[in-house]
Amino acid sequence: MTIKLGVPSKGRLMEKTFDWFGARGVTLSRTGSDREYAGAVDGIDGVELVLLSAGEIPRELEAGRIHLGVTGTDLVQEKLAGWEQKVEPLAELGFGHADLIIAVPACWIDVDTLDDLDAAAAAFRRVHGFRLRIATKYHRLVRTFLRDAGVADYQLVDSQGATEGTVKNESAEAVADITSTGDTLRANHLKILGDGLVLKSQATLFRSRNAAASDAERDIVRQLCQKLDV
Amino acid sequence: MPELRRTKEEAQGLLDRFLATGASQVDTGVLQPAGTLLDLYGEDIRARAFVTHDPLRGELMLRPDFTVPVVQRHMAEGAEPARYTYMGEVFRMQEDEALNRPTEYIQVGYEIFDRENPAEADAEVYALIREALAPLHLHAATGDIGILIAAVQGLATSERRKAALMRHLWRPRRFRALLERFSGKRQMPDTRRALLDGKVTCTAPQIGLRSAAEVADRIDALREDAATPPISREQLDLVEAVAQVKETCPFALERLRDLAVDLPAIADAVDRLAARIDALAARGVDVEQLDFEATYGRTSMEYYDGFVFGFYASGRPDLPPVATGGRYDALTRQLGAGREIPAVGGVIRPGLAVELGGLSA
Repeated sequence: MTIKLGVPSKGRLMEKTFDWFGARGVTLSRTGSDREYAGAVDGIDGVELVLLSAGEIPRELEAGRIHLGVTGTDLVQEKLAGWEQKVEPLAELGFGHADLIIAVPACWIDVDTLDDLDAAAAAFRRVHGFRLRIATKYHRLVRTFLRDAGVADYQLVDSQGATEGTVKNESAEAVADITSTGDTLRANHLKILGDGLVLKSQATLFRSRNAAASDAERDIVRQLCQKLDV
Repeated sequence: MPELRRTKEEAQGLLDRFLATGASQVDTGVLQPAGTLLDLYGEDIRARAFVTHDPLRGELMLRPDFTVPVVQRHMAEGAEPARYTYMGEVFRMQEDEALNRPTEYIQVGYEIFDRENPAEADAEVYALIREALAPLHLHAATGDIGILIAAVQGLATSERRKAALMRHLWRPRRFRALLERFSGKRQMPDTRRALLDGKVTCTAPQIGLRSAAEVADRIDALREDAATPPISREQLDLVEAVAQVKETCPFALERLRDLAVDLPAIADAVDRLAARIDALAARGVDVEQLDFEATYGRTSMEYYDGFVFGFYASGRPDLPPVATGGRYDALTRQLGAGREIPAVGGVIRPGLAVELGGLSA
């Protein structure tokens, strides 16, 4: 009888996750060669480690193929419609901090708020004949945020990387992206709108509400949560 | 699936009824170019419509309604006046699991494009749908967005402010925030003051498609707005009073006539309401009991700009309206590339009629 714990498979996110569990007496490690995605769990019985891309962990939690998973709040909320019904956040892990924000060129001295963005978008559409483009990969979150703020006459254009560069390249007029220090935004001559914070995200341990579990499996989850103090 | 078969039978019955008025049947593709719908509804429609992709034609949407393709068809090749009817599936994405709404359902619709007598056309569509749904004993709601539009147009303020209010007419929260700002209820923040005083200069390089001239234009517009006197308390209250009218038709009309004394800009729109009420009465609608709400449909029926209506099952708040409709003159202007024609129409969801016991009773 085992339960599955999904954690990010590489980089700082994986290391920090290992550290966080390690500090609570649960040792996670990768096994086999450097290239093989296999892992081991020590300190508790019945927990199987599944190494996954952080972006796929929300989907696996939703499908109930893993019982627990570590990923960013941003990814869960972007990828899972009605996420509260599908997963339960158990603990914020205190790293992987990132804010999803709306940023515009710093040279737009007339635009500091979402109200300004909305007015600028209306004028932009009149002048250029198309809706002001906002580059992002967080389509659902940004669309809901802008709808609630009453911003119109914009369009989201997909950008899966180097989003901050899209304005200079003239493939977008503004961006909605993750930032932790704001350095990349500044380097690309962008500024964050005063009320342009869409979401504050960090690495979080989630429990799937959809993973079928026997009494024994539920017991393991309980024991693990006790050990982790969550 | 007996439900679906019954739904199709009801749909055919409704279509036959509409065809019997002399309307011509139109068919439209299930796949519609996404660009037109996005330009019309904005990005929000992506949360409601299924978007798909074709390597040659780009983004396409599964038909979220018939109105847009039917208007396009009429503007391109229709003769006037025209009556159209149609039947087919529409597709709507559902993000709220709890509501358990279908993503695909059949609509049967009826649309009139006619310049001669709008009140008569309004009444014709309403009465036709009411009669078709009579066995279900539904509750009707009516409204007229045109009156609020007239109230905004009649404000003693700049064209720019009126345009901003019109742009957000269908977003009540935003509309109210704008009204408050334009009536001087909110102080200008210091940063905005500094900008208007010319104390903010830009050190960042000019990047992107929005030019320095466009930024300067907006600052000019902001200066002009700062110099525009606030909308008076009285005018604000009048717009508010118009938006709050909610009575049966005769009382609503009386109330609006009273308001029109102080807000003469709505007088024509109120006359149109009166003519419509007469036309409805002439078709046997009991207007004494018919509910009227000035802002009915304001949040959910964004392209309507005049008469609006919906039919609801009493005691079933879980169900969406069985039928909805209204007037959409502005939509024909937007899709007509320089041409326009007054238009009104409505749709019935036969699936809901079946759920409520069927129309053959």
